[in-house]
Amino acid sequence: MPVRLAAALVLLAATFGPALAVTPQERLADPALEQRARQVSAGLRCLVCQNQSIDDSEAPLARDLRVLVRDRIKAGDSNTQVTDFVVARYGEYVLLKPPFGLHTALLWGGPALIFLAGAFGVWRIRRSAAGKGVGESLNAGEQAELARILDKG
Amino acid sequence: MLVEIAHFALAMALGLSLVQMIIPVWGVRRNDIALARVGEPAAISVFVLLLFAFGVLMYAYAVSDFSVQNVAENSHSAKPMIYKLTGTWGNHEGSMLLWVLIMALFGALVALARTSLPDRLRAGTLAAQASVTVAFLLFILFTSNPFNRLDPAPPEGNDLNPLLQDLGLAIHPPLLYVGYVGFSITYAFAIAALIDGRIDAVWARAVRPWTLVAWIFLTLGISMGSYWAYYELGWGGWWFWDPVENASLMPWLAGTALIHSTIVMEKRDSLKVWTILLAILTFSLSLLGTFLVRSGVLTSVHTFATDPSRGLFILIILMLFIGGSLALFAWRAPMLRQGGLFAPVSREGALVINNLFLAAACATVFIGTLYPLALEGLTGAKISVGPPFFNATFLPLLIPLLLLLPFGQSMAWKRGDLLGTAQRLAVAIGIGILATIGIFAATYGGPVAAPLGIGLGVFLIASALWDLGERIIGRASGARAIWSRAIGLPRSAYGSALAHAGVGVTVIGIAATAWATEDIAVMKPGDRMTNGRTAIVLQQVFPRTGPNFRELVGRFRIEIDGKERGEIESTKRTFITRNNMQTTEAGIRTFGVSQVYVSLGEIQPDGSVGVRMYTKPLMLLIWIGSLIMGLGGALSITDRRFRVATPAKARSPKGPQGSTGGPSPQPAE
Repeated sequence: MPVRLAAALVLLAATFGPALAVTPQERLADPALEQRARQVSAGLRCLVCQNQSIDDSEAPLARDLRVLVRDRIKAGDSNTQVTDFVVARYGEYVLLKPPFGLHTALLWGGPALIFLAGAFGVWRIRRSAAGKGVGESLNAGEQAELARILDKG
Repeated sequence: MLVEIAHFALAMALGLSLVQMIIPVWGVRRNDIALARVGEPAAISVFVLLLFAFGVLMYAYAVSDFSVQNVAENSHSAKPMIYKLTGTWGNHEGSMLLWVLIMALFGALVALARTSLPDRLRAGTLAAQASVTVAFLLFILFTSNPFNRLDPAPPEGNDLNPLLQDLGLAIHPPLLYVGYVGFSITYAFAIAALIDGRIDAVWARAVRPWTLVAWIFLTLGISMGSYWAYYELGWGGWWFWDPVENASLMPWLAGTALIHSTIVMEKRDSLKVWTILLAILTFSLSLLGTFLVRSGVLTSVHTFATDPSRGLFILIILMLFIGGSLALFAWRAPMLRQGGLFAPVSREGALVINNLFLAAACATVFIGTLYPLALEGLTGAKISVGPPFFNATFLPLLIPLLLLLPFGQSMAWKRGDLLGTAQRLAVAIGIGILATIGIFAATYGGPVAAPLGIGLGVFLIASALWDLGERIIGRASGARAIWSRAIGLPRSAYGSALAHAGVGVTVIGIAATAWATEDIAVMKPGDRMTNGRTAIVLQQVFPRTGPNFRELVGRFRIEIDGKERGEIESTKRTFITRNNMQTTEAGIRTFGVSQVYVSLGEIQPDGSVGVRMYTKPLMLLIWIGSLIMGLGGALSITDRRFRVATPAKARSPKGPQGSTGGPSPQPAE
């Protein structure tokens, strides 16, 4: 925690110099294709950085990947094809959005599971509390207890 | 010599913390008030000793005493004085010392607080808190001593990481620490209550101001950190879902749930067990954050130095305090008596839903941050969990929470009325819908989700103000009656309205990021870059020398609608004192709450320079909103009921300004 964000800064930028990731020379002439290239790049992790997409990173490897992505797009690949191509080369680690699968079932399902479990817990507690009743009439034992207290008083 | 005395003061503080940890518990057991109160002077002394130690370290930085290893490794004589001073906590050892110093400060404040804290509770709290202080002082003395000497002393220091040489370092970490460490007090209160086996509205009232203080500072700390990242990193992002950020977001979410559940506990004597658990979890998440960052598990530069013994030590502290407190909870919590009942549709019910969403959101961040570590540890498979995951899982939990917020805020305690609440909110709902439609029409063809986001933000603000207005005006007639009601309304009612409106402001700022633009070009002096109504003209590029860096400056003229609106200087710095490391200093110019952001890229062989220009409409609202939230929290702390030492039961529960805080008198029944 100390200097947490500072630390984030250190790693996000320091290691790889100032951030000005996509350089003008890399850009594709066709704005629609360039737009797609940026979309794809934003979902790909810079492998030598901490939690940074290749679109944001200055690292040479990120630059190579950006160029690769643009080459594939120019060659007529769809976005998914480009992504699959990169994953085939570098593995799932390159995806900032983890794929759905057995090994990520708890990751993707976890939040909903916890929410539902919490909702169920609240419902259960409510039901047992409602059993005791707000404003219900007293049962025999409670009547007796009340009478005892009133008598004492 | 001074440094050795400071080292000794650390050891003394450890000894006194042990006293503070053990004697009061013994005193409480023997029913000996004098012994039980030993914790108070001990806590104050520990604080004074640590303040001295920290002061000495800061002095060593100020005079660049490179015979102290910590100073030599992290400072430089040419560094500007302000960064020498803030550099005290810009490193592992110094930041840990700041951590325990703030911890001791909170201990001393509990000892000094002139509230109606029962003696047993105060003694137990101080003892529990001291146990954490002891653990961290041991950690500092054995693995992270900032007072180690170097012999011979090097002639010059290594300098501080240039990214940390910024005013942000002066503001962000101390705020964040006060937030983190502040939750240790809440934790200590919970432990004391569990040991004592007694927990009631008095406990909730005693804890609430501390929770609010911690929450305010954590809110501001996270927000200032985000702004720092925004202007320092040079690509205009403000939240990256980085594990380090997540580590601070988790206690914030849990803490936000906690300040809401303590309200229920204070007002209605309900949700006790859950509140205790939350208090434990919130601080546990702070400790987890410490572990994540300090241990090097995140394999990165932000551990300042990776030393496995430190990681192991913190892991032991973590397991001891989290495991121990949860075990204590499992043992004692069933003995706590549950309190007031309430109908599902009621203020309490709404706050339960608030807690459900916040806890699930917190769990989501937890899973997203730790799942890759766990998966790699268990199966060796490496995956990345980045922003797309959090956007897909966190937002679906946050948006319903925000949509429901105004309903909970204006619902009655015990038994509410959904239809009636909706009717009361009709105006705010209408304003929100109109804002959405209006913005959608005005920006037709642009991003679709953004107008909805703006509408949500407007709805939050409008409903907070409307609800407040209704409480003040109500059925009162005449300026005098309204004035007296406005005075009579508890400060915490204003506080919660303000904080909720602040959430709305932040939501608007976040929604508006959808309209931000980005342009990249290679420019030569005289070139112009235009986007919409905004244009920049590169005037000149020139070198400049600072105290410990050289920089290349690009000076731009800004034009909006063709009219000149001032200049921006954007620079690239090279730190000669630190291996020629480079940083970008973005040029930012603010117009109202919108910004134009220019950052400089590589200089090309022909003398031209890569330039990135962003326009950021309404961007500042993100942070202004969080400031408003903090202000709301501060207003709540000044509420009368925290200053007046009256037990809850002594007051009329339905009095106009009575024991209720967040909300006002019960709406007409």
